[in-house]
Amino acid sequence: MTEQVRISDEAELVAAVAAAAADGTRLSIAGRGTKQGIGRPLEVARALDLSALSGVTLYEPEELVLTARAGTPLAEITALLAQNRQMLAFEPMDTGPLFGATSGDGTLGGLFACNLSGPRRLSHGAVRDHALGIRAVSGRGEVFKSGGRVMKNVTGYDLPRMLAGSFGTLAVMSEITLKVLPVPETEETLVVFGLDPSAAARAMSAAMGSSCEVSGAATLPAEIARRRTEAPSDVSVTAFRLEGFAPSVRARRAMLVSVLMPFGAVEVLEEGASRGFWTMVRDALPFAGTGARALWRISTAPMAGPVLGRALSEALGAEAFCDWAGGLVWALMPDEAARAADVRAALAPHGGHATLLRATQAERAGAVFQPLEASLAALTARVKASFDPRAILNPGRMYAGL
Amino acid sequence: MSLRLPAADESVLARRAQIIADLSAIVPGEGVISREREMKPYDSDGVTAYKQLPLVVVLPQTTEQVSRVLKYCHAGGIRVVPRGAGTSLSGGALPLQDGVLLGMGKFNKILDIDYANRCAVVQPGVTNLGITRAVEHEGFYYAPDPSSQIACTIGGNVGENSGGVHTLKYGLTTNNVLGVEMVLITGEVIRLGGRHLDAGGLDLLAAVIGSEGLLGVVTEVTVRLLKKPDVARAVLVGFPTSEDAGDCVAKIIAAGIIPAGIEMMDRDAIAAAEAFVKVGYPLDVEALLIVELDGPEAECAHLLEEVSRIAAACNSSTLRVSRTEEERLGFWAGRKAAFPAVGRLSPDYLCMDGTIPRKQLPLVLTRMRELSARYGLRVANVFHAGDGNLHPLILYDANQPGEMDKAEAFGADILRLCVQVGGVLTGEHGVGVEKRDLMPEMFDETDLAHQQRLKCAFDDQGLLNPGKVFPTLHRCAELGRMHVSGGQVPFPDLPRF
Repeated sequence: MTEQVRISDEAELVAAVAAAAADGTRLSIAGRGTKQGIGRPLEVARALDLSALSGVTLYEPEELVLTARAGTPLAEITALLAQNRQMLAFEPMDTGPLFGATSGDGTLGGLFACNLSGPRRLSHGAVRDHALGIRAVSGRGEVFKSGGRVMKNVTGYDLPRMLAGSFGTLAVMSEITLKVLPVPETEETLVVFGLDPSAAARAMSAAMGSSCEVSGAATLPAEIARRRTEAPSDVSVTAFRLEGFAPSVRARRAMLVSVLMPFGAVEVLEEGASRGFWTMVRDALPFAGTGARALWRISTAPMAGPVLGRALSEALGAEAFCDWAGGLVWALMPDEAARAADVRAALAPHGGHATLLRATQAERAGAVFQPLEASLAALTARVKASFDPRAILNPGRMYAGL
Repeated sequence: MSLRLPAADESVLARRAQIIADLSAIVPGEGVISREREMKPYDSDGVTAYKQLPLVVVLPQTTEQVSRVLKYCHAGGIRVVPRGAGTSLSGGALPLQDGVLLGMGKFNKILDIDYANRCAVVQPGVTNLGITRAVEHEGFYYAPDPSSQIACTIGGNVGENSGGVHTLKYGLTTNNVLGVEMVLITGEVIRLGGRHLDAGGLDLLAAVIGSEGLLGVVTEVTVRLLKKPDVARAVLVGFPTSEDAGDCVAKIIAAGIIPAGIEMMDRDAIAAAEAFVKVGYPLDVEALLIVELDGPEAECAHLLEEVSRIAAACNSSTLRVSRTEEERLGFWAGRKAAFPAVGRLSPDYLCMDGTIPRKQLPLVLTRMRELSARYGLRVANVFHAGDGNLHPLILYDANQPGEMDKAEAFGADILRLCVQVGGVLTGEHGVGVEKRDLMPEMFDETDLAHQQRLKCAFDDQGLLNPGKVFPTLHRCAELGRMHVSGGQVPFPDLPRF
């Protein structure tokens, strides 16, 4: 039976981790628990619940900076930002639908720990690129800070960025400071229908290689597009988002149409439809409601993605679509079997990493994250030990034994 | 100079001849430099006040050579200081008497340009501008643009997480590097990242970028390439007070505009720049802003109107919009010449590099004037106003006894002030040796111990660039069991410098 410990302030957090460090008690760390299905299964004696370690502690819109405690609901933060027409530019993914949970739940700490960015990752960077500062408690039960609240800072190692995406295995976040950005005045999406994977890759490359400032580029094969869009039912959809001030978007639309013309006819999704489309891509909604079928999230070179997606479909019976101009492949396996060796073998020639984002507990007991070369694995283990020498924080969540 | 560096290891000094012979076997030909006269060019970096001849200079050409050199040094307990072009403004490449200076200048090839995936794979000795030069005929560029970009190398940029004047919109090095190949002090070669986005495991690349050569030696860098914006336009705005100028920047950003660059200069910097390059800066203003917008023509036109309207509402006293590319470059010419221009006013100057929350600028400027009066030294200010990075230039004369120490004390006070108002010690120049002893102003012992343990994970003997960044040298075994309690500083007997 796992003992639950509810944390409501930083002092309690320090005490709880220090107590666990003293006797080697293994801890799991969660905010609202929406992402507990990601990573290798945990076997712990005690669970830290940080959902009450909540609240925005600093928000200065004109300085583009926000600080909040790790357990702050993301919805609270996005609502506050929206009042000032600002946003988290990395477009945080809502994992609720994929895991059969409610939408719009989850905390800042969870988002930060998983570094799950949406379509705008392509142009604006990931969660880690917006990390300015942190306060955290390491596995030694000591609170430390790193970074700051200003945009430009090279004072000491960049621990905030390194801790983003560390899945709670190095330290428990107490407070996180992020760069925020203005919401674009308007958006629209240009769509080309019927491109095969390699043509889609070339079209997205051409768009990203133009000065049109595309802030989302995705391609969905027909069988996936059919489920979620009003597209003609038998063709693929390749989509390009333009955001910004209205006169700029108008000008870039004209430019992008001429870039895309060689690939096919171009249609426009206006603001509302555009928003819906990119939410669908962000949250991998075509794969919502598919139970516990194994789902891979693969980052690779953009030109390789669409072709890799097709290869996974043909060889393994997967369904796949691409975001990040091809650089992110979402691949849903036909059943609960992850087929990790096959997926990684298909990825290997292109470079990149594959994460088993959703699977049954049994499947996740294997390698969820990309296996590391021996030297890098040893370095990773030393880094883990430097923060968490007794391996009490989310032990084994990223790699077995870490 | 009174700078304290780690005490030289006498046993290494005694083995110098053997070490030179062994290294010459690894890097044959002219790859090992050991004559004093020939090592002289390597005795300092951009901070010329600090000089030290290294034990020996080694200039490898291949990753394998780097690996063998580091493995050899690791086995022999020999310190290593990596160096790019030596343009550091914080003494990051300052040699050690008992240390191998590992110059990466021969790693100067562009290995691959991959336009389809919008990235380039380059060796670390390629200059920052060299990357852009290699891709600009296709309309691409590499975004971070430190002012030394003509000389500084991408390897050095990775070490320092270099910025430039466009970081608010385009980010620093860390936001524009996709991957590296690097050699650990053990000689192991690892790859972090690649042509894809994000890390597959822990994001160690994030720690390596900006680590000032303390974690490993980078032998290959994959950078992101961006398409050059269609046009760039600039507007030059004068204000009667720095408060008005700061207010204007805040209102531009509150209006949802993220300019490519926003630079501010104070009255002394304006006067110095105008006297030097005569670009038509107004001389009757307290603060001057250069706001640059880039993107499609239609966007620039639209935003220039917005910015002009906001500036007028913030009491601007002069406003000029660039009509031609030549005029835009003219606006920048003064700003870019600010350092040499200030240099003409005074035999020597010290360039500081704090970052502050932008709204604190008026307070910081006021306090700086008070400090200026107290120290009897003039100070001119240029400011990356978009991202809050402040470069006060302290004027002094090194030939006047005691004046340099006074200038350094003044600089330290400015950086303490930056930290007090919520800012940081360094925005882009790095800690190096220059700001090393100020680290406790910003971080407590526990904060620093967490950073130093990360160093230990990469470099268990502390052989890579010791004496930089951290004010106290701890042995890794001691850090492993360190506890801070009741405000007691642990290990009071350890050397601090």
